Amino acid sequence: MNKFSLLNGLVVPLDRANVDTDAIIPKQFLKSIKRSGFGPNAFDEWRYLDHGEPGMDNSKRPLNPDFVLNQPRYKGAQILLARENFGCGSSREHAPWALEDYGFRVIIAPSFADIFFNNCFKNGLLPIRLAAEQVDALFKAVEATPGYRLKVDLEQQSIATPDGTVYKFEVEAFRKHCLLNGLDDIGLTLQHVDEIKAFEAKHRAAQPWLFA
Amino acid sequence: MGAQTLYDKLWNSHVVRQEADGTALIYIDRHLVHEVTSPQAFEGLKLAGRRPWRVASMLAVPDHNVPTTNRAAGIADPIARLQVETLDSNCAEFGVNELKMNDVRQGIVHVVGPEQGATLPGMTVVCGDSHTSTHGAFAALAFGIGTSEVEHVMATQCLLMKKSKAMQVLVEGALGKGVTAKDVALAVIGKIGTAGGTGYAIEFAGSAIRGLSMEGRMTLCNMAIEAGARAGMIAADDTTIDYLKSRPFAPQAEVWDKAVAYWRTLHSDEGARFDSVVKLDAAQIKPQVTWGTSPEMVAAVDGRVPDPATMSDAVKREGAERALHYMGLKANMPITEIKIDKVFIGSCTNARIEDMRAAAAIAKGKRVAANVKLAMVVPGSGLVKQQAEQEGLDKIFIAAGFEWRDPGCSMCLAMNDDRLEPGERCASTSNRNFEGRQGQGGRTHLVSPEMAAAAAIAGHFVDVSKV
Repeated sequence: MNKFSLLNGLVVPLDRANVDTDAIIPKQFLKSIKRSGFGPNAFDEWRYLDHGEPGMDNSKRPLNPDFVLNQPRYKGAQILLARENFGCGSSREHAPWALEDYGFRVIIAPSFADIFFNNCFKNGLLPIRLAAEQVDALFKAVEATPGYRLKVDLEQQSIATPDGTVYKFEVEAFRKHCLLNGLDDIGLTLQHVDEIKAFEAKHRAAQPWLFA
Repeated sequence: MGAQTLYDKLWNSHVVRQEADGTALIYIDRHLVHEVTSPQAFEGLKLAGRRPWRVASMLAVPDHNVPTTNRAAGIADPIARLQVETLDSNCAEFGVNELKMNDVRQGIVHVVGPEQGATLPGMTVVCGDSHTSTHGAFAALAFGIGTSEVEHVMATQCLLMKKSKAMQVLVEGALGKGVTAKDVALAVIGKIGTAGGTGYAIEFAGSAIRGLSMEGRMTLCNMAIEAGARAGMIAADDTTIDYLKSRPFAPQAEVWDKAVAYWRTLHSDEGARFDSVVKLDAAQIKPQVTWGTSPEMVAAVDGRVPDPATMSDAVKREGAERALHYMGLKANMPITEIKIDKVFIGSCTNARIEDMRAAAAIAKGKRVAANVKLAMVVPGSGLVKQQAEQEGLDKIFIAAGFEWRDPGCSMCLAMNDDRLEPGERCASTSNRNFEGRQGQGGRTHLVSPEMAAAAAIAGHFVDVSKV
């Protein structure tokens, strides 16, 4: 997994609540058996004017000029600003894969759906919850200021705006440690093999039918 | 230890170890697998030279990509076919028990697991699918996970997670005529919102819940995720135990008796504390119809499409305006005046035998309305299909003008050929009405099987409590 510590990135505002994972990556792209290559189809139905299918040359497809990601001022954005309940719906990890492949490293919203939030950390993406008023202030600032960037510091758990305002954010200590160091969860868990085996033996004795 | 919630009991009995910040390693008893969210996990396992920790905990079934017609011809779409073949070859390579596409037991993973008795009370159940919450109906801790976690469970039989808060949704009283578990689910979501359960595990309780069949309980827990909660659950009782007896994966003989004795402890203790309690009066719940692009955008069938202009919250107002535009609806129009183009009866929410019976009872002796281009019934598994055919339900549907299909996820998410065309409006017994969910530009109204069948016959929504 990619490490994450510091980012000074361009911000794009996606001003919608309840952005679901079907919108982030539509179902037809879930037929892939790979982990990579989903970026060109992130937000496919909003981003393009035609209907997308796997295998199309996305560079030749007509872009929807009204969709915020297509506006030239937001080209190269690495920070996605969104409204409440971002990432709701399906558990598809293809959603964070698509966002990461597009180039995002940070998503800021007042709230996230649980499974999506969890999936982000497995893929080097940092989802940050800020208060709704703070998110609202950021939306106003981004829309008013071309080239608006934010400095995200995971170690300090802070976001600095160009005018010097600093927002602190919460992140669980364990997730932070893994993200800062790019640690693979499986490797970490396998350090506890003996404890898992001991638990399993006890569990089997208590509920043998679970092991039939 | 003091009074515990059902969630406390399930959680505490699976903690392997805990970090200082509360992150715990939780042991997983049952791992259900389907073709869409597993290939990258199997690949990761192979690249790291690992084997599944306990392959007997796994049960795999292809469901999202399978065709619902002419199955003998195989899957026409080469990309979808490769995904199903990849599941077959991964399961063969690692020795995973798989119910293949042409097995009569094949079906939607959340229908198949309980039907086989692979979901038992007291278990932790995971699957790379958000509707895994369904299995919580059996007093199990069941939740959806991403593909990285699928690989993690394969490799370690565990998951890293923090305990959620506990919410109790209490539904007391008797449900009215024509009001189903689906309507309870939609009414709960309408009340607390699609993010209302975020960060919580929900326990559904109260006399109305105890009165539901196992299938109704599964419908309700299935949609816990639509309220934002990863897990929904219901205490074990005689209904749970009677359902499980003699299922292929359920314990037998004296082990059964021992298991039942344990299962009877799987309820919240008197006086257990919840972080949040939500109460609904069952008698007040009417048949529900969603009007927007989020399951919380829901109204009673005798109500009207809301007027965004009356909404004070700006984000909600803009969301409602966008939804009405997408859905092609006008503010204040009566729900019963919404005409439909297609009907879908199926999905992990509503494709079990009782759903089939309920829809057939409405359709019997009637005809699908002329304005309805397609009305399809997709049973949740091959065994549901077989049972329905033994009862003659297929003949009722076909005589009424419905199509009777083979089992799979089908038009709930339209990964196979079953989908809406742009602008088409569908009465659907599935669980999500997101933009494009059933096909790009498609318009979904979530309803119960009874309501979907009645809409198919009338050509528009009708109040089944008055039929």
